[in-house]
Amino acid sequence: MRRGRAAAAFLLLAAAVCILGVWNVCSGSVAVSPADGVKALTGKGADETVRRIIWDLRLPRAAAAVILGGALSVSGFLLQTFFANPIASPFVLGISSGAELAVSILMIAFLERGLAVSSLSMILGAFVGAMAAMALVLLLSGRVKNMSALVICGVMIGYICSAVTDFMVTFADDADIVNLRSWSMGSFSGISWENVRVMAAVVLPALCMAFLLSKPMSVYRLGEVYAETAGVNIRRFRAELILLSSVLSACVVAFAGPVSFVGIAVPHLVKRLLKSTEPAAVIPGCFLGGAAFCLFCDRIARTMFAPTEVSISSVTAVFGAPVVVLIMAGRKRWEREA
Amino acid sequence: MKEYLKTDRLAVGYGREPLMREICLHVRRGEIVTLIGPNGAGKSTVLKTIIGRLAPLGGAIWLDGREAAGFTEKERARRVSVVMTDRVRPERMTCREVAAAGRYPHTGRLGILSDRDWDAVDNALRLVGGEDLAEKDFRKVSDGQRQKILLARAICQEPELIVLDEPTSYLDARHKLELLGVLKRLAREKQLAVLLSLHELDMAQRISDYVACVDGGGIRFCGTPEEVFTSARIEKLYGVPGGSYLPEYGCLEFPPPAGKPEVFVIGGQGKGIPVYRRLQREGVPFAAGILYDNDIDVPAARALAAEVICAEAFEPVSGEIYRRAEEVMDSCRHVICCLERFGTFGEANRRLAERGREKLIKMVKGDLS
Repeated sequence: MRRGRAAAAFLLLAAAVCILGVWNVCSGSVAVSPADGVKALTGKGADETVRRIIWDLRLPRAAAAVILGGALSVSGFLLQTFFANPIASPFVLGISSGAELAVSILMIAFLERGLAVSSLSMILGAFVGAMAAMALVLLLSGRVKNMSALVICGVMIGYICSAVTDFMVTFADDADIVNLRSWSMGSFSGISWENVRVMAAVVLPALCMAFLLSKPMSVYRLGEVYAETAGVNIRRFRAELILLSSVLSACVVAFAGPVSFVGIAVPHLVKRLLKSTEPAAVIPGCFLGGAAFCLFCDRIARTMFAPTEVSISSVTAVFGAPVVVLIMAGRKRWEREA
Repeated sequence: MKEYLKTDRLAVGYGREPLMREICLHVRRGEIVTLIGPNGAGKSTVLKTIIGRLAPLGGAIWLDGREAAGFTEKERARRVSVVMTDRVRPERMTCREVAAAGRYPHTGRLGILSDRDWDAVDNALRLVGGEDLAEKDFRKVSDGQRQKILLARAICQEPELIVLDEPTSYLDARHKLELLGVLKRLAREKQLAVLLSLHELDMAQRISDYVACVDGGGIRFCGTPEEVFTSARIEKLYGVPGGSYLPEYGCLEFPPPAGKPEVFVIGGQGKGIPVYRRLQREGVPFAAGILYDNDIDVPAARALAAEVICAEAFEPVSGEIYRRAEEVMDSCRHVICCLERFGTFGEANRRLAERGREKLIKMVKGDLS
């Protein structure tokens, strides 16, 4: 991979994150000019309402979009490496839905007893659900060698989990369930600074660890045999991939519900932009790309049909699903031969 | 010199029940050892066990004077590199990047390649003649080229032993020769130990220092190519009928057409071989004569002809043998004479050709007329 190209790509992605971040924060039912926004944050001669809208509502929400969007696309990239399959992602393999189901059970159980659910226990619950779904997928992947079959199994696991979640949400009619419903559709709304701190504390170390795996991931592109004989401890490496991708996607589900297609579309676009699949470049690229993508989609989800908010998944699907179709349809014959 | 790789009564297989037992292989540095044997005999299983992909089901593997089970992945990777048969189709990787994956055991925590690492990669690519492919997408090059790049990857891992599983399958003649040529240079010039499996007997015969015959159950026989490539051993190993393996050419021939000879072929000096093969292909039984027993045509004639009339080399053809040749020729419907000049010692064949003039047919551009 050429250094120049990578540098240009990172610059482009970072610029996109900044611009989309400002655009996201400044637009909404109360439009704020970027200059006023800066004023509001520095606290000099600004309207208190504007300050509160920006500081308490929009900024944490944008921060969540950055962190969770990045987490989701890195998680997708890890899974694609693991399964050597370009359309593997937490959503497609049913891992998000598994986490979603576990979180719904947790929430309903807590709410019925009148207890509040802390962010950490949400993450924990989501992680358990994600690992359970992952275990099921791994079990199946031992039996089905074909990559499309694996994806179909994952999608089916996802449907089953979503259906069970739907049942529970429908029949647990408590006032608080309204929250659960909007959460289970996927949304970045209602995120507080406290939430941001927790998710950052989970996601950022996980991302660093993922980055440290870029060396074995790089040689794993040639398959297990060449990775192991080059010196990779395959069992440990595979376990690390699974754990990290589950932690990352569980964290996303815990705070934003299931968000579709980011995990496939972003890594694919980033690889295309970098013209490389070198993990040491793709992982940071995926983080920036996922952040930019989610800032953009969240802005649309929030304001396009204001005052009604669209679920984030609907927007990410509109922009992400065509990418998946392009991946499948656009592959050359020499790329398909796998 | 000491063995670099030694297996001590190794048992290998998938699951619990060993497929092969009592495997004792030795490879020294600078030496090429080849496993041959029929499909499904277990060549790959042995190699996979030696490189640590499969756990031994008994016995031990010694590598560089230590028991291999005690090595970490990295220690092993600095000693052994491999070229296996698994299909490799990485997304968006150039051939140079694929080769560079071999530097894994030599780079730091983040796997960043230093200038010295890149030099090693480029040297390896040059050694296999793959420098022109460096920037091409690995998925886009041909099978032969891919195999060369994978060999470059194994070389720049800087091992002391290279293990290759059927490295020449799917390669054309030129690529086969080039690939095995590189292995020979690695063994001779860099003193690497090379262990590989091959299907091509002629190639195995030419590049190996030692050959191990693998047959369901274990290693049947081990030895130098001169000891292994005899008709009896090869025919037994592959379960083919006696007389079909020609050690002189290193190849297997089809069985001769059944029946009494219909054509008498006067051959010699290698001119008979294409005619014998042609007749075999058409299913025409034939007799071959008169051949001096040191003639290059003799092994093919023995394998393909219904009857061969042979005379002792460096002696005039005896009257008895000549009469026998006449007798056989008279019983044939046609005669083919492959010779244009007979010379002093071809007098007997000249007389035969003269006698069979009426029944003479010719082979023109491979067609009988």
